[in-house]
This record gives sequence, C-alpha cells and structure tokens, in this order.
Amino acid sequence: MADNKQVVADIDRSLYDFKDIENEKDFYRMEEGLTKETVLKVSEEKNDPEWMRDFRLQCLEHYENIKMPNWGPSIEGLDMARISSYVRHKSDMKGKWEDVPEEIKNTFEKLGIPQAERESLAGVGAQYDSELVYHNVKDEVAAQGVIYTDLESALHGEYADMIKEHFMKLVPPTDHKFAALHGAVWSGGSFVYVPKGVKVDIPLQSYFRLNAAGAGQFEHTLIIVDEGADLHFIEGCSAPKYNVANLHAGCVELYVGKNARLRYSTIENWSKNMYNLNTKRAVVEEGGIMEWVSGSFGSHTSYLYPMTILKGDGSKMEFTGITFAGKGQNLDTGAKVVHIGERTSSVISTKSISKDGGIGTYRSSVTIQKTAKKAKASVSCDSLMLDSISRADTIPAMDIRTNDADVGHEAKIGRISDEAVFYLMSRGITEEDAKAMIVSGFANPVSKELPLEYAVEMNNLIKLEMSGH
Amino acid sequence: MSEQSLLQVRDLSVSIDNELPILNRINLDIKPGETHVLMGPNGAGKSTLGFTLMGNPHYVVTEGNIIFEGQDITDLSSDKRAKAGMFLSFQNPYEVPGISLSSFIRNAYHAQTGAPVKLLAFQKSLKAAMEILSMDESYADRDLNVGFSGGEKKKAEILQLLMLSPKFAILDETDSGLDVDAVRTVSKGVEEYQKKKDGALLIITHSTKILESLHVDYTHVLVKGNIVHTGDGSLVDEINEHGFERFI
Ligand SMILES: Nc1ncnc2c1ncn2[C@@H]1O[C@H](COP(=O)(O)OP(=O)(O)OP(=O)(O)O)[C@@H](O)[C@H]1O
Ligand SMILES: [Mg+2]
Repeated sequence: MADNKQVVADIDRSLYDFKDIENEKDFYRMEEGLTKETVLKVSEEKNDPEWMRDFRLQCLEHYENIKMPNWGPSIEGLDMARISSYVRHKSDMKGKWEDVPEEIKNTFEKLGIPQAERESLAGVGAQYDSELVYHNVKDEVAAQGVIYTDLESALHGEYADMIKEHFMKLVPPTDHKFAALHGAVWSGGSFVYVPKGVKVDIPLQSYFRLNAAGAGQFEHTLIIVDEGADLHFIEGCSAPKYNVANLHAGCVELYVGKNARLRYSTIENWSKNMYNLNTKRAVVEEGGIMEWVSGSFGSHTSYLYPMTILKGDGSKMEFTGITFAGKGQNLDTGAKVVHIGERTSSVISTKSISKDGGIGTYRSSVTIQKTAKKAKASVSCDSLMLDSISRADTIPAMDIRTNDADVGHEAKIGRISDEAVFYLMSRGITEEDAKAMIVSGFANPVSKELPLEYAVEMNNLIKLEMSGH
Repeated sequence: MSEQSLLQVRDLSVSIDNELPILNRINLDIKPGETHVLMGPNGAGKSTLGFTLMGNPHYVVTEGNIIFEGQDITDLSSDKRAKAGMFLSFQNPYEVPGISLSSFIRNAYHAQTGAPVKLLAFQKSLKAAMEILSMDESYADRDLNVGFSGGEKKKAEILQLLMLSPKFAILDETDSGLDVDAVRTVSKGVEEYQKKKDGALLIITHSTKILESLHVDYTHVLVKGNIVHTGDGSLVDEINEHGFERFI
C-alpha cells in the first residue's frame, strides 16, 4: 500500500523553466568560442596549479585533433564558436546558505534546495553556471572523515595529490572529443572522499543549474569510496529554456574500493535546447558494488552511456535507467560494462519512452574479457512508444571472450495499448491520466529505486511530459 | 415507463472501426435493480455490446442511441460513463505493470467521486471486499492483473465492482474460467453488490452456475448481431438444455 507515488501533485511548469532575472553586471562571462586564450583565461580564473594549466592545454590539442562523433544523433546545431565556456557570479562560494546571492538563492529555493538538505541529505552542493555557489556537509558526516567539497579548493588542499592521481585517469581526454573539451575548460563539480569502512547512511547531493543562455557547463565530479565504505550520491540537473544551444559536457569519475559500495542516482531535466554530451565512468575493485540509477528527461540531444569497469574479482554493477524522449528530442542513452575480474556480474535494465516524434535509442555494450572467468551479465531493455510518429531503437552490443559466461539479453519494443487505456478509462479515469498512469507504471521499476522525493519528482516529470507542453 | 428506466438502448447498430457491422438495431430497457441475462453463440456480438455500452472508441455507433438515467450518452467518453455509474467487468481484463491493484482502485475511486480518499477507511473496505471474494490480501499490492490467473483476474474485476459500486454493471463472462468454488464466491460478490446498491446487471454468460443465487428478470438471445428473442429467467435453463438451435 506504500504506492502513493502514483498520486502525483498538480504540475507547476514554471518549476524548471523560469528564467532568473540576471543582473548582468553581477556576472563574469567569458567571450564565446574556444581558443588557447580562452582556455588560459579559465585556468587563470580558477587559479589552477601549473600541472592543471598544462593539462588543459594538452586537452585543447586533443580536442582540435579528435573528430566529431558520427555514429549517433546529429550535433550539427552545436556551434562551439557561440558557446561561452565560463560564466560565474562575481561572488565566492559560500558555506552558509544565507550568504548566497539573493537571485541565485531564489532559483535553488524554487527547485527545492536546500529544503531537501535539511530534511534528508548528508550534504549538498549547488552549482550555478560554471561555479559552485554553495557547499555544505552535515557535521556528523564530516566528523566521520568524509570529504565533500568543490574540486577547485580540493586541488589546493590536503587532497591535492589524490586528485592529481585520479583526475581524468578513468576518462582520459583522448576518449572522445567532448572528453577532451571537458578537460580543457572544466569548472566546478564536486570531490567526495569516503574513508575506509565509513558508511554514510544518508545521501549526499549535488545540484547543477545552467542558467546562462548560450553557455556550457563542464563540471567534474570525482568520488572515491575507499575500502569497505558506503555512499549514496545524488545528482540533479536543470536549466531554463532558451532559443540558443547550450552545452553540458560534464565528467563523472567514480572509484569504488574493495568491498565498497557506491550508488549514484541522477535525475536530469535539462531544457530542450541542451546538448548533453556527458561522460560517466566507474571502476570497481574486488567485491565492490556500483549501482546506477539514471533518469533522463530533458535535453535536445543526449549521448549518455555510464560505464562500469568491473576490475576486481567478484565485483558487481547494477544499472537501472529510464529515458523519456518528447517532441524534438533525440536521446541516445544506455550503459556500458567491461568485465575484467573473475565472477564479476552486471545487470543492466533500461526503460525508454518516446512521444510526439521523440527518438529514444538504447545503446549498450557488454564486454567480457578473457580474464573474467564465470562472469554473469544480463541486459534488458524495454521501450514504449506513445504514438506512431515516435521512435524507439535498441542497439545492444556484446563482446564475450570467455566460454563460461552466463549472458542474458532481452529487448522489447511496444506501443501504448488502446485497450489498456480504455480499461482504465472504463473505471472513471480520464484519458490523459490513464496514459500517465500506464507510463508511470512502466517507469515504476526505476522510480522505486529512487529516494521518495525524487521518485515523486520523476512522476511529476512524467506527468509534465505526458501533458505535452 | 421510460421515466424509471436506468438504461435504454434504442435501435443500436455498431461497426468495428467504422467498417465491419457487428450489431444490428439492438433494443434494451433495464430498470434499477433488474437482472438481465444476455446469451448467444460465440462471435454473436455480446462483448461488442458490452464494449459499446461502456464507450470503447473502436466500436462505432452507426445508428441509434444509448440513454442512461435519461441522458443520451452515445457520444460520451468512457470515463464519463463510469462517473455516471456504469461498469464493465471485462471478459479479458488487461495487465497494467507498475500500478498495484489497490492503488488503481483508489485512483479510480478518487476519479469517480472527486473526493479525497481516506486511506484507513479505504483499506478497511478493501479488506472486507477481498474477504467476501476469498482473495488473499497480498493481491492488493500486486501489479494490476499482472501474472494473475484467469480466475484471479475475474475476482479482481468483481472486487472493483464492489469497491466502486456503480448503478449498472455489465459482467462479460465473469464466470468462465472459474472453478466450482470460485463461481460460488464470485456470485456471492455479485449478490452483495446488488443487495447493497440495488444495482442493475447485464450478465453475459454461457452457463447457469453464476445465476443460481440471483433472480433473473429477463433473458435475451443474441444471434449474429440481432436480439432474436427475449424471455424470462426460465429461458436460461431451456438454452442450457437445448442450445441455440431453435433461434438460429
Ligand atoms: N476488435 C475487433 N476487431 C475485429 N473484429 C472484432 C473485434 N471485436 C469483435 N470482433 C468480431 O465481432 C464479432 C463479435 O465478437 P464478440 O467478441 O462481440 O462476440 P461474443 O458474442 O462476445 O463471443 P464470445 O462468446 O466468444 O465471447 C466476432 O466475429 C469478432 O471476431
Ligand atoms: Mg465475448
């Protein structure tokens, strides 16, 4: 009976789409385009250590040499010459909510942050455009030795070496063009370190808001969960809609230690002018567990395939994801896993919904290397098309180099059934509610993996999409 | 006479998706509390009549009209018919993953009454209704009809009937696929509905078992889309013995 998630509150569209009244003079905005000068300027703005400045310049070179991807949705509408890589408010990051500039505070208050923190989070970070404007960890969590801070200050503090050792090692800038771009102009994001054996009972959260028009957000999230430790990290993103293209090319690197566990949950609701070219990757040591929960709703075009490297023996990963592609959206999402250790196991289960001509493509890759004896992998993807003009495709790839792997794959593509809609309507439920109910039900395996308030948000988003705005 | 009619069907002709004619000038007059039985060979159009009365958009009314409590509902959408007090127990109920039986009923109840559902009171009456139907409580939390056996699905339909207590219910072969005990249980549930609400019924069936404990007022025989005969309750037994031969 705990299923009151289905009863969703009325939608307030202004929740995500409102534009904050920006007082231009309070913001520093870098000129559009990407050159050695702009990269150096970002570096200077950020007071980089020397190695980081050099690294950025190397990344720029890679960026210039690597070709645009040609295997996915079109990104022709994205013109780097018209994207500003760096926008920040002229105030510093705050540790106290009261000190955050009023207009930024209002934005986050409208989005429910940091009320959420007071209620059920161990710590909160809030990024506005290119910089974190707020960061705070509960005392009892900090007392356990948990570090949760912005990456910039971490670069100069006690953990500087740890960052140098891990930064863009899992996702090298040569990985693809937008990883290189990220390396060149990254700004903001979080650093989390959970020491050996420490179990953080309540989640940490980061919220990213890209508010400026024609800008890019390139936050870097680096999380290290040491041996036997346990963490749940939640990431939320949103942006108001503009008529010009915005770009998000973040990077998430997750290191899961021996027998450690990390759960990484995302609810992404970028506006529909956003190119979301995000890279997320985790490496898992012996006996460790990586769990992903991912909800992709917004953006104009997405390329998103969180990848897990099951390095240690007996390591595990589970990926639960949902994508909702509405009008004008082309969302290419999925997951990747590489089995290296023995007895490693992975479960990928995804749902995709497309509506009003939206295109949802599920793309996955499972690799079982020779060393991964007795590996187990299961992939299931389920697509629901809500009308005849929408599209759903699945492109699963498997590369299995052992002969004792236990591999399962299941794909279903279906349409919303008129008969099921009639069945619900015959009980007094309106057509719109009946469809929303069927879609929420379809999404339920994902929403039940989320903390309650996020599950409610996800159902709200579904309802919002269903009402066809 | 029309004054006290609950449901009037006047010269109703129906085609599927506007092409295939199935029903031909059907007439029915059902008063509150009455029990009508509709019998006929497979493919005669019985379910078609049920779907049409309930407003399935695939079944297009090409002629005639449907009047419920004096209001012409021929063009009304299905949800509005439900709100007006109509109900259909489906011959093949649909499976809806991700929404539990109880939360579905709660949503439907809320949609029909518009009033907020008091959770505790709701749970109590759900539990009582499930007891009448010998349904295990755990079914309330299972996804709507998903993985239910044929018989369990039928019970879940009658559970909805009891919880939503409409003024008029069509039961489309609710008894088929039920074992002997289950038929008895379900017919107890139907009796309960009728007692509580003085509800009217249109029962589509191929057997007499579900009718044993009910008083049947009229029996209609539908053959190839036409009501060829209307009689009283005794007609059911006659058909049961001799089949439809004399009507064809
Ligand atoms: N959606 C549909 N598409 C095509 N034909 C249909 C559809 N629904 C019903 N029919 C046809 O209409 C006729 C009447 O079907 P209906 O289901 O109403 O029969 P019935 O009397 O309920 O039969 P049964 O006793 O087998 O349940 C049949 O020939 C059937 O094949
Ligand atoms: Mg039938």
